[in-house]
Amino acid sequence: MRDVAIIGVGVTKFGELWNKSFRAIGIEAGMKAMEDANLSGNEVDGIFVGNMSAGRFINQQHIDALIADYSGMATNHVPATRVEAGDASGGVAFRQAVMAVASGMNDVVLVGGAEKMTDLDDTSINAIMDSTADAEWEAGMGVTFAGLHAMIAQRMIHDGTATREEIASFAVNSHFHGALNPNAQFRKAITLDTVLRSGPVATPLGMFDCAPISDGAASVVLCPLEDAKKYTDSYVKVSAVAQASDTLSLSQREDITTYGATVAAAQRAYQQAGITAQDIQVAEVHDNYTVAGIMALQDLGFYKRGEAGKAVLEGRCQVGAGPVAVNTSGGLKARGHPIGATGVAQIVEIAEQLRGSADKRQVENAKYGLAQSSGGMGSAVTVSIMEAI
Amino acid sequence: MSTVAREWREIPGRYNLEGTKCENCGSIFFPARDFCPKCRRAGIGKISRYDVCRRGKVFSFSIVHDAPDFNNMLKPYVVAMVQTDDGVMVSAQLVDVDLDKVAIGMPVRAVLRKLSADGASGVIRYGYKFVPDE
Ligand SMILES: [Zn+2]
Repeated sequence: MRDVAIIGVGVTKFGELWNKSFRAIGIEAGMKAMEDANLSGNEVDGIFVGNMSAGRFINQQHIDALIADYSGMATNHVPATRVEAGDASGGVAFRQAVMAVASGMNDVVLVGGAEKMTDLDDTSINAIMDSTADAEWEAGMGVTFAGLHAMIAQRMIHDGTATREEIASFAVNSHFHGALNPNAQFRKAITLDTVLRSGPVATPLGMFDCAPISDGAASVVLCPLEDAKKYTDSYVKVSAVAQASDTLSLSQREDITTYGATVAAAQRAYQQAGITAQDIQVAEVHDNYTVAGIMALQDLGFYKRGEAGKAVLEGRCQVGAGPVAVNTSGGLKARGHPIGATGVAQIVEIAEQLRGSADKRQVENAKYGLAQSSGGMGSAVTVSIMEAI
Repeated sequence: MSTVAREWREIPGRYNLEGTKCENCGSIFFPARDFCPKCRRAGIGKISRYDVCRRGKVFSFSIVHDAPDFNNMLKPYVVAMVQTDDGVMVSAQLVDVDLDKVAIGMPVRAVLRKLSADGASGVIRYGYKFVPDE
């Protein structure tokens, strides 16, 4: 297997991009990444696209062909593959692309992630999100996606492993960083009180515990590490790409306050990279709900069970404040959560941090960065580790 | 948008909490599984019907204020993960209950209720919900 490098990154602004189509945002991110990698376009020999549900959001299937066509790659007949894994679609697409380059099957691969959600009404969007859990035995019984996350939070509070305030503070951390990211959907810091007083969605979780509905796209370009210098001086090494699965339904688990797939993927990733959680200085975790962010910090090994909430509440996950800066992009909560784009946008943020191009949210001297992407109720999780060169 | 066939085939589970049991290891499955994830090959041919206990306790719950489709008319409503007396975890709605009185550990039992009325195909879906077991 060959070592793989990220040689270019690109991301659109996230938010309600009412004047931009799916294909427009997908191509915008891809063009930025190719430009960043100093490619002419002819070098690309493979495309992987993370997209969860264009079929339901914009009534367009066959996203792989659409992206190949509009990125100009169809004229070279470059193979394009669309990947779906619920919220983890982008994370899994990135892993597939890394494997394609590592194996020697491809030399220069364009990874994209895109979702156009806001063309649809909120009720339909929520129904689509509900279908990433068990559509028949959870959503079909009236148990919403938010309700499932709320039951995790309720149980954590009952067990004494997190307080309501600690869980809510994850949104404060994400917004703190979102204010520093020009591409974030929400660029405003908030207080704990704002989260606690936000309208109820599924108790104990309120509006500010939930990631927003967003449009957006992100892209990265990969090549073998040994070729990276041919294209750019500004690249990072991919040290690990691990993936793990779990039951589709939350009710089938022994323990609902940990995601076993995150634990398994993290263990595999640390082993691949030859490091431990303590070597990571910056991490992007999947905070589609605040409670999921708290769980991730524990499942990734940054904090012991029952201690992550306290660290977030005390502000120790902010840039420069603790051992690991968390969601410096603003996370899903403040940067935005265009489903298929999210996992790739996390990789973009980690690459920017390790290249030293993260501007006001730059983590000093970061050597290793990690991205965790989770699909549905942690039913598919990827953990990727990148290393500064 | 559910077809009649899709609803009809799930009736044993949804009306009667009918699951399955692996005779090889004793695991109970709800919803029903035809393949034991613990025994895998060793469990093939050893899966039989099992009726899940209709009584249990609330393991966790939430009051849902935002829901799509039919349930939008019912909000706010309670959802719960119920651990049945034979150890199966079932996610469902908890009804006929005072929202302030719901608590973890509360005894509940399964009842048959309307789940939704599907506008387009006209199918009315019925299935289990839980009520307080006094
Ligand atoms: Zn078995």
